[in-house]
Order: sequence, then structure tokens, then C-alpha cells
Amino acid sequence: MDRQPSNEISLEALIAGDRAEFARLVDTYSSPIYRLGLRMLGNPQDAEDVLQNTFLNALTHIQNFEGRSSLATWLYRIAANEALMLLRKKKPEVNIEEMEGEEDAEDVRPTQFVDWSALPEEELLSGEGKKALDAAVQQLPESLRIVFLLRDVEGLSIKETADALNLTETNVKTRLLRARMALREHLSAYYSERLPARSEK
Amino acid sequence: MTNHTHTKCEELLGSLSAYIDGDLNPELCQELEKHLAECDNCRIVLNTTKRTIDLVQTPLEKPDLPEDVRERLFHRLNLDNYLTPKPK
Ligand SMILES: [Zn+2]
Repeated sequence: MDRQPSNEISLEALIAGDRAEFARLVDTYSSPIYRLGLRMLGNPQDAEDVLQNTFLNALTHIQNFEGRSSLATWLYRIAANEALMLLRKKKPEVNIEEMEGEEDAEDVRPTQFVDWSALPEEELLSGEGKKALDAAVQQLPESLRIVFLLRDVEGLSIKETADALNLTETNVKTRLLRARMALREHLSAYYSERLPARSEK
Repeated sequence: MTNHTHTKCEELLGSLSAYIDGDLNPELCQELEKHLAECDNCRIVLNTTKRTIDLVQTPLEKPDLPEDVRERLFHRLNLDNYLTPKPK
């Protein structure tokens, strides 16, 4: 996300109901919010619902924005809630608040020890590689995925992520570790298979 | 009973994420770096974890909003009049 838009969005104008300024807000943040919806829900139709509901909600509540967080964090908070609400509706069995087996460190323990980090980006993000990466993100449990997306994909700080999700910073850090480790395991299994063929120089 | 090295790996693993974020206290940081210098597996875990984060942050992984989705969004928000070509 662009943290320093070329000219700063004016909160005063937004609160005063300036439509042009709201349009600028939409253009500044719609891409990351759509992306978040896409990765949380896994399909464009739901992502678009999340996107529209987020800005409808923001338009209704901008008067109540207290500036305790940045506008970006505030929007992410709305978007995360919309995404999780839709997710709950579609998959009632998903529990976002609880981390299943929280005390159990078993799934954080690495089992893949192949160093694929020197593979060139063209290889890692080739058509197939990109698909593997998307699939790896999709297999993260929702409660970890939302933390990972806000922190590592969209670049929010630990504190901003905690604010947006109503979690403690400790909780964010724990989830982030688990998400990163799970993703790394998944990608290692995939990319390590690409290594041997290339290893003879 | 696991052997000493193995226990060390698991102990430090929990700090890896904070280390990547530059959010680890100096003592632990030093301890981790000392361990990394002599433990291949932990170094690999660190490198591949960092690389994983790099990958999801590449522009390729952060596509822009499709124009038709943008148009429908502006319409839904009654902002049609402001649907100018998207500023770069
Ligand atoms: Zn180790």
C-alpha cells in the first residue's frame, strides 16, 4: 500500500462530505482492499462484495472516525470485518477468534530443510510457481491468513494489524510466526522439487 | 530426550519471526545469530522464510483493481461523476 499518497487525503474534507475527496480515498485504497477480499474469500465475486461493503460502510461512518488510527488502518479494520463476516456466512464452521491447538507448537516445527531461497524470481513466480504460492496462502487457516495478509502482504505494522483485527500485539506475533512457518513449509515442499534439475551448473 | 542442538533450534525458532521484523531484544538476537552461524538447518529456515515474505510482496503478487470492478464500485457509491481515469 502506498503510505504517502502524492497528496494526502484530507480528513476534514471527508468528514465535511466532500464527494471528490471520497473518490480519491476509494482510488487510493480500493486495490489493497480488493486484494485482501480476494485472498480471504478466494473468488472475485465475494472480493467485490467485500470491497463495496467496505466503502459503503466507510461512507456511512466517516463522521465517526476519531483518528485514533490512520485512515488506512481504519479501512482495513472495516474490510477485515466484512471479509470475516462473509466468511462466517459461507463457512459457519470456521472459527476466526480461536486458534485451534494454540498451545501445540507441533505445526510450527520445520520439516523441510532445502534452501531454495537462491532460485531466481522468474522461476519462483513463473505461472506454475505463482499458482503454488497462491495455493499455499489459501491453505492457511483463516485466523492466520488474515494476520499474514495485513502484515506481510499489505505491510501494516504489528500494532496496526493488532488494531485492525482487535487482537493483542502478542497474539498477532504468535499468529504471524505460525502463518510464516506454515507457508514456508508448503512452499519448500513445492520449490525444493524444482531445485535438483538446476543444481548442476 | 532430544539432543542439545535440537532443543536449541526449537527454542530459537519462536524468535525467528521477531528477528526478521527486527523486533528481537539484543541478547536474544546475539544468541540467535551465534546459533545461525553454526546451524545449517536454522539458517535455511531463516533464508526461506525471508524469501517467502519477499515473494508475496512482489508487484506481481499485488495486482491493481480491475477497471470494471472499479466502475461498479463507483456506481454503487453514487460516485459516477468522479469516475475519472485513475490517477497514476
Ligand atoms: Zn538450529
